Amino acid sequence: MDPLRRSPSPCSSSSRPPSPRTPPPCEAQGYVGIEAVLDQVKIKAMKMGFEFNIMVVGQSGLGKSTMVNTLFRSKMWRSSLPSLGVPTLQTLQLQSMTHVIEEKGVRLKLTVTDTPGFGDQINNDKCWDPILGYIKEQYERYLQEEILITRQRHIPDTRVHCCIYFVPPTGHCLRPLDIEFLQRLCRMVNVVPVIARADSLTIEEREAFRLRIQKDLRTHCIEVYPQKCFDEDINDRLLNSKIRERIPFAVVGADREHLVNGRCVLGRKTKWGVIEAPTSRT
Amino acid sequence: MAVAVGRQSNEELRNLSLSGHVGFDSLPDQLVNKSTSQGFCFNILCVGETGIGKSTLMDTLFNTKFESDPATHNEPGVRLKARSYELQESNVRLKLTIVDTVGFGDQINKDDSYKPIVEYIDAQFEAYLQEELKIKRSLFNYHDTRIHACLYFIAPTGHSLKSLDLVTMKKLDSKVNIIPIIAKADTIAKNELHKFKSKIMSELVSNGVQIYQFPTDEETVAEINATMSVHLPFAVVGSTEEVKIGNKMAKARQYPWGVVQVENENHCDFVKLREMLIRVNMEDLREQTHTRHYELYRRCKLEEMGFKDTDPDSKPFSLQETYEAKRNEFLGELQKKEEEMRQMFVMRVKEKEAELKEAEKELHEKFDLLKRTHQEEKKKVEDKKKELEEEVNNFQKKKAAAQLLQSQAQQSGAQQTKKDKDKKNASFT
Repeated sequence: MDPLRRSPSPCSSSSRPPSPRTPPPCEAQGYVGIEAVLDQVKIKAMKMGFEFNIMVVGQSGLGKSTMVNTLFRSKMWRSSLPSLGVPTLQTLQLQSMTHVIEEKGVRLKLTVTDTPGFGDQINNDKCWDPILGYIKEQYERYLQEEILITRQRHIPDTRVHCCIYFVPPTGHCLRPLDIEFLQRLCRMVNVVPVIARADSLTIEEREAFRLRIQKDLRTHCIEVYPQKCFDEDINDRLLNSKIRERIPFAVVGADREHLVNGRCVLGRKTKWGVIEAPTSRT
Repeated sequence: MAVAVGRQSNEELRNLSLSGHVGFDSLPDQLVNKSTSQGFCFNILCVGETGIGKSTLMDTLFNTKFESDPATHNEPGVRLKARSYELQESNVRLKLTIVDTVGFGDQINKDDSYKPIVEYIDAQFEAYLQEELKIKRSLFNYHDTRIHACLYFIAPTGHSLKSLDLVTMKKLDSKVNIIPIIAKADTIAKNELHKFKSKIMSELVSNGVQIYQFPTDEETVAEINATMSVHLPFAVVGSTEEVKIGNKMAKARQYPWGVVQVENENHCDFVKLREMLIRVNMEDLREQTHTRHYELYRRCKLEEMGFKDTDPDSKPFSLQETYEAKRNEFLGELQKKEEEMRQMFVMRVKEKEAELKEAEKELHEKFDLLKRTHQEEKKKVEDKKKELEEEVNNFQKKKAAAQLLQSQAQQSGAQQTKKDKDKKNASFT
């Protein structure tokens, strides 16, 4: 049987020498309609719907639930205020909530996993184990589905796509707990560190904090998303380097609306002003 | 440490309403961008007799001249020739592979004509399966060579399908998406064509051949697919030459009695084929290949290898356990084979050793024999030499004695003569 032979197609008037590997791309001399495949892909994707799984990790009171609500502009989560006298959870319990949201015909099945109790105990040794265990479990589930003999047409994807790590706004540098956790996690999942409650820092403090965190990440070889090793081409690299300059993002979450200058905006109202969530500089 | 995950039950997936613009409506665009940067793969298999117009049709479909020499009719068997090309249109890169069946239908005995084709298709599935089963795999930049569409060229006899066609299509229908087309359709008159088409379709149905069904579940394409399906099999004409029609050039075939325009829907179904194959259903063809034909192949192959999803007690069998068991079995077999080989080797060595010893002994014996003969000869020679010496001695002695005698005789003779002389002398005096 003849092995796959590659030969270039002469296009227009120029003839190219036969290349052993990939032949050079060639312009069709008339309209063939290949680009219609893009629309076909799009239609199929929209029909199938998308799945996205986020995990938010951070100590209580950093504004995780509010952040999620702000990101997706809906009341996903009711932020729970720990009532006094209730003992903190001894074991870390992950809670997942799945919602289907739709925008302009695109259906997204969003799963947000919360980690209440992370870093709240006095002894926080190995508090990352349940989280790593959960992530591994999702991978395991997917693998089991994939190696079945009769596979499903579309394997439900519960793997954690992104983990948002909330860094408390101390203004100094990353704490040992943060470093330990990030080191372990960055190898398994895409980690996006954010500075929580950034409205408690002035702009200069924020920038200094950001630079210190970046230095810490580099010293400890923590690769956050977008990872350098996955950069595909020059455009990717440019875009990603711009993003990397801004990591970690300083965020302010808000889900209450206030009236500012006659406009109704989402923001936090304080004695000295209203911080608008959508326009707050990250 | 207990990991308790509280999950909302799946049946109550809440639909949330958004109060503002979030922005994930760009997800399909992100997907499209990623696909564009990766490029698409499309592989077509053309099955048909030599000279039926496969290469010309490919040239016409993709508006490029793929270089190929026309095949001869003297092929001893069917072989498949695959060629890859990279086409680009605006920003879409397409890796197109066209597989030709060379020598199909040329032999006197066509029993095994379908076999090379089926083997080729299976080989592509196998390659993909191997890549998927690898531990360190890279599926996202794997060059997919699985056949996405099979264009079956039916000869324009006007009667019905040939038995070769039926047999081949029956063998291929569970492995690949078959799209039957009537080649060289400009040789069939219009009324004949209609009868021919319905005859072909009824024959396919009655023989249980499953050709590719254009999908009708998606609203955007359902209508066009439904209308096009009625015209199956498409009667096509291919041409790469351009003829002036009216005031512009169009692809056509010029006959003394008229001009057949390729892109004229009244003349042939080429436009329909192009619509269906490329513009409307390319992605669906690829998906069908992956989710139906490839999965079927994978299932059969893995079951053949002995993997099951559930063991007789219907407990889910983990692939890992089966793998381990199979591996141990395999290793055990290997060890047994090794032992056997070792035994055989030892036996052979012993035999060879015995043989060699025999040979050695023989050699020794020969050597001894030779030595003895040599010695005997030597002795003989020495004996003879001694004899000779003795004889020589004797001779010398005899010679000496004879000489002595002679000298004595001479002396006595001389004495005698002297005596005689003296006597004479005495007598004289």
